[in-house]
Amino acid sequence: MDKFTTLTAIAAPLDIDNIDTDKIIPARFLKTIKRTGLGRNLFADMRYNPDGSEKADFILNREPYRHAEILVAGDNFGCGSSREHAPWALKDFGIRCVIATSFADIFYNNSFKNGVLPIALPEEACAKLRADAAMGENARLTVDLARQVVIRPNGEEIPFEIDPFRKHCLLNGLDDIGLTLEHASAIDAYEARMPSWLPKIQGA
Amino acid sequence: MAQTLFDKIWDAHVVDKTEDGTCVLYIDRHLVHEVTSPQAFEGLRMAGRKVRRVENTVAVVDHNVPTSPERLTEVNEPESALQIATLEQNVKEFGVTYFPMSDPRQGIVHVVGPEQGISLPGMTIVCGDSHTSTHGALGALAFGIGTSEVEHVLATQTLLQKPARNMLIRVEGKLPAGCSGKDIMLAVIGKIGTGGGTGHVIEFAGEAIRALDMAGRLTMCNMSIEAGARAGLIAPDETTFAYIKDRPFAPKGADFDRAVEYWHTLRSDAGAHYDKIVELRAEDIIPQVTWGTSPETVLPITGTVPDPAAEPDEARRGQMQRMLEYMGLEAGQQIAGTPVDVVFIGSCTNSRIEDLRAAATVAKGRRVAPSVRALVVPGSGLIKQQAEREGLAEIFTEAGFEWREAGCSMCLGMNPDKLTPGQRCASTSNRNFEGRQGPGGRTHLLSPAMAAAAAVTGRITDVREMI
Repeated sequence: MDKFTTLTAIAAPLDIDNIDTDKIIPARFLKTIKRTGLGRNLFADMRYNPDGSEKADFILNREPYRHAEILVAGDNFGCGSSREHAPWALKDFGIRCVIATSFADIFYNNSFKNGVLPIALPEEACAKLRADAAMGENARLTVDLARQVVIRPNGEEIPFEIDPFRKHCLLNGLDDIGLTLEHASAIDAYEARMPSWLPKIQGA
Repeated sequence: MAQTLFDKIWDAHVVDKTEDGTCVLYIDRHLVHEVTSPQAFEGLRMAGRKVRRVENTVAVVDHNVPTSPERLTEVNEPESALQIATLEQNVKEFGVTYFPMSDPRQGIVHVVGPEQGISLPGMTIVCGDSHTSTHGALGALAFGIGTSEVEHVLATQTLLQKPARNMLIRVEGKLPAGCSGKDIMLAVIGKIGTGGGTGHVIEFAGEAIRALDMAGRLTMCNMSIEAGARAGLIAPDETTFAYIKDRPFAPKGADFDRAVEYWHTLRSDAGAHYDKIVELRAEDIIPQVTWGTSPETVLPITGTVPDPAAEPDEARRGQMQRMLEYMGLEAGQQIAGTPVDVVFIGSCTNSRIEDLRAAATVAKGRRVAPSVRALVVPGSGLIKQQAEREGLAEIFTEAGFEWREAGCSMCLGMNPDKLTPGQRCASTSNRNFEGRQGPGGRTHLLSPAMAAAAAVTGRITDVREMI
């Protein structure tokens, strides 16, 4: 997994609550067997007209936000399905950090697995960051994961909370499966004491 | 200490715990489908790993299979065909039990698990699909995961997790005629909002929940995710045990008795702590229907579309306005009487035999309105066969409904069953997001009986007037 340490980047304001995973990447684009190439269809229905041309007023179709690496959104970001295609699409577009007042659980979890940092902040802080983001190229935000702060263009630091284990994995780009396999003997022991009545799925 | 049902299942599955409280949680059942698994199997292959426990794993195709009667011979969309072929290659290579399209046991993964007795009380169950919450109706801790975690479970049979918070939703009283588990759940989501359950596992309890059949319970737990909760849970009882008995993959004979003995312990202790408690009276519930593009935008069928002008928050006001424009509705209009173009009866929310019976009761002896296309998509091949034996299929086809093969179908439009832009659909599915059923499509969520009523009248209709 890609590491996440610090990021100084253009942030795009997206002041909409309940941005669901169908908005982030509509289901018709899930028919892929790869993790890459989804960025083109990120926010497809908000970003493109039915004829495929860009909607001029959508934030990520405007300069400098075509190069945004941070999104500052509203409440309950990523609600809906479990599709990891949502963080894959964000990352493929270039977004490495999403700031919102709250996140849906599965999206939040999936983001960490892909080196995309979700940061939950109170509405007041999000409003300030959206205002900064609205200033475009001259108002880059900095995210410092080790220190757990978002730094505004005026130097103000906004602290954020993060689970220490997730932080550790993200800072070091650690692979979960490798970490879990360190517990292999405990898994073996657990399986050895499972009740005998528990059926096995066998045979088609 | 008094424990909730969630606490009990959690504790029984903790394999190991790290210093910061992260648990290695054992997974009893892993359900796999074609859309969220290809990259996970590819990851296993790249790392030279195997599926740790094929006996805990089952795969089925559902999301992008066609539902036409000719689907076994007709040419599928190439990208869908590739995902299906990829799954078939993966289950063969890794030795996973699989129900293909040609198998009558094939169907929607969240219908198949309970139907086959694969999902059982007290288990931990995961799938790369948010509606895995469905299986909680059996008293299992069941939740959706992303593809990285699908790979993690395939490789280790565990997940790294921290416990969720506990939420109790108690529904006392008797549910009025014409209402179902779907109506209770839509009312719950309307009350607590789509973020109301975030970070929580919801346990449903109370007289009205105990009175539901398994189909109604499965519907409620299915839509727990629409309230933001990762999982829904209902304590198993005699209704649950009777449902499980004799299912193909359920324990048999003495093993079943031993299992039931254990399953009896799966209930929250008196005095167990909940972080949130919400109470509803079943008598207050009347048939529900959504008006907007979030499942929380729900109304009783007697209601009127809300006016954004009355919303004090500017951002919310703008979002409501956008929803009204998208849905082609006017503030203040009665929701009943809104004409529909399409009716969809199906999905992991409402495609079980009980759902089809409820819809058929309304459809019987009536005709689908001439302007309406109505589809019935059973949740599995076995449900389709049963409905044919019971004469339900005949009722539907005589009334002018399309009677189709099992799959996710128009719930998310990954197969050819899609709305066209501007089409309005009365749907028994779970999400009314913009474009969910096809780009530009307009979705109204409601129960199977309400959907059948909309099909025969051509309008969103109070089904209580028709039964």
